[in-house]
Amino acid sequence: MLTIKNINSYYGKVHALKNVSLHLKQGEIVTLIGANGAGKTTLLNSLSAVIPPGSGDIVFEGSSIRNLPPDRIVKHGISQVPEGRQVFNPLSVADNLELGAYLRYRSREGKGEIAKDLDTVYALFPRLLERRKQLAGTLSGGEQQMLAIGRALMAKPRLLLLDEPSMGLAPLVVQEIFRVLETLRNEKKTTILLVEQNAKAALRLADRGYVLETGKVILEGLSSELLENKEVQRAYLGKEKKEVWER
Amino acid sequence: MEHIWDQTYECMEREELEQLQLERLQATLNRAYKNVDCYRNKFTGMGIVPEDVQSLSDLSKLPFTTKEDLRLNYPYGMFAVPLREVVRIHSSSGTTGKPTVVGYTKNDLKTWSNLVARFMTAAGVTHDDVVQIAFGYGLFTGAFGLHYGSETIGATVIPMSAGNTEKQIMIMQDYKTTALVCTPSYAITLADKMDKMGIDPKSLSLKVGLFGGEPWSEAMRREIESRLCLSATDNYGLSEIIGPGVAGECRHKCGMHIFEDAFIPEIIDPETCRPLPPGSVGELVLTTLTKEAFPMIRYRTRDMTSLDYAKCVCGRTMVRMKKTMGRSDDMLIIKGVNVFPSQIEEVLFAVEGCEPHYQLVVDRNGSMDVLEVRIEVTENIFFDEMKRQKAFLETVEKRIESVLGVGVTVKLVEPNSIPRQEGKASRVIDKRRI
Repeated sequence: MLTIKNINSYYGKVHALKNVSLHLKQGEIVTLIGANGAGKTTLLNSLSAVIPPGSGDIVFEGSSIRNLPPDRIVKHGISQVPEGRQVFNPLSVADNLELGAYLRYRSREGKGEIAKDLDTVYALFPRLLERRKQLAGTLSGGEQQMLAIGRALMAKPRLLLLDEPSMGLAPLVVQEIFRVLETLRNEKKTTILLVEQNAKAALRLADRGYVLETGKVILEGLSSELLENKEVQRAYLGKEKKEVWER
Repeated sequence: MEHIWDQTYECMEREELEQLQLERLQATLNRAYKNVDCYRNKFTGMGIVPEDVQSLSDLSKLPFTTKEDLRLNYPYGMFAVPLREVVRIHSSSGTTGKPTVVGYTKNDLKTWSNLVARFMTAAGVTHDDVVQIAFGYGLFTGAFGLHYGSETIGATVIPMSAGNTEKQIMIMQDYKTTALVCTPSYAITLADKMDKMGIDPKSLSLKVGLFGGEPWSEAMRREIESRLCLSATDNYGLSEIIGPGVAGECRHKCGMHIFEDAFIPEIIDPETCRPLPPGSVGELVLTTLTKEAFPMIRYRTRDMTSLDYAKCVCGRTMVRMKKTMGRSDDMLIIKGVNVFPSQIEEVLFAVEGCEPHYQLVVDRNGSMDVLEVRIEVTENIFFDEMKRQKAFLETVEKRIESVLGVGVTVKLVEPNSIPRQEGKASRVIDKRRI
């Protein structure tokens, strides 16, 4: 469904992604794990053209999307849930969600479709329905995360990019959010690319994973294999500490 | 119906496969470059960094890895993970006495098991089979590889190990073995013994044979199939890459499918080292894509073969390699054991203290390989007494056997009776019909 070949991205002169290649198949949940600064967020931002990559190919459902602006990419069916939620604080929950469907208002599909999708989001996150009139800024962290996901879903994506959805949330809330991701994949057949610091939880949810280190992919494999990999265990799962002389 | 162990990978469309290969190749290069000094130094020497590989064809820019590299980094220098993460060591004979050491992580063992399960399934083995493994268990990879593959499929394993032919046959009869794993020459030995014992192979339950460890011909396949009443299949592997599980035949027996999601094969001209176009005969070079402990980048196998990328009738999309047709170096395979003339040379040098003129004669006595070492008599090794001469020959035989792991006979011949040749001396005469 999505094929990335050799993308290189830069922040000014900093070479943040070096020759990264990866792919996602329809209906897969794939996770990117890696330490801070490894390039995980950069990769998502490169996909959504928030930071257009300097070189490489990005092919989504058969067509190249590398040089498209972010809005066209959303139109193609890719939505991003940004790191730190980034909900519109002064707007109500309902307005935030409707803004997610912004590009669809002008398309041929009727408002009925959008209203139907709104109901779907409320069904996934009943909490948002309860608080639909409340201002987004007054929500708890977990609720804001739900809102950010809901808002991305309102664009009706076939590929959902999630950046650290568990950040700063209580374990129970994280569990709830991960359950929703599973539902999305199983019932709505949404393909998901998940960036996570919580490597264990991410690998338990995902089918496959890539491990990024200083802008490069150093491992690719089934989640079950990555969970067994000592390097992953040491660096991201808090097991198998390195000896002093190995550092 | 065709049985395919891992449909997702074995029947993957070429385009999808190439993307997967590229991703895994880049990750392997990044890890090898970071963790293995040998690779980093070689790359640096050529002014290459892993990022220079942007497509599969860029692979040809990378340096080769040879058995010599493994020897120089003996024992653990080529490992890409700390020894603590290695759960298994295997080894194979080396060119100069020192063996080649290879390591596996837990994941590597799992990968290996699955690859073997693939070619065993392709050959026709299912969970209903009783698999008798008559490869020697030990440092060589053969027995363990097939053992894991069988267990992964869910078949019943009889870990017989090599030798004791009569007992092998008794077990085959009593335990109703359906799948036989051994070297092709040992399969003939079994057939010979059965003839002698008056056992009709039709009275056995044998169905399929998985033969490997040494090159064999189509004529030999026909002989084994008719004498043991089973379907004889070939498979290919070498311990430096993973052991058995690199490639294996499906039931159509039209070449061994190389598991390309785990290995990238190339064919090169052994003289110029340049890649050859698909279909040409040359030396097989392999790069591993999924190995954690022991990644190999462009390893020169020294085995001569050719590749066929046409889709196979079995439905697998993976490229097929022909049966190996000899070596691009002077290695001999005697009873499934790799033997280099240089190993024998070293023993002779150590015993005599000077370089002797010698010749190796390999023959097949019935189905068993025999190796005869002929040494020209010199002043150093001239004895009046028969007793002393006999003792000398025995010492040399013992020493060679302990180095090679196979028995040889040593014979003294007249001075100047071994032909000298300019340049590459023809030290080896192989009389076997392979």
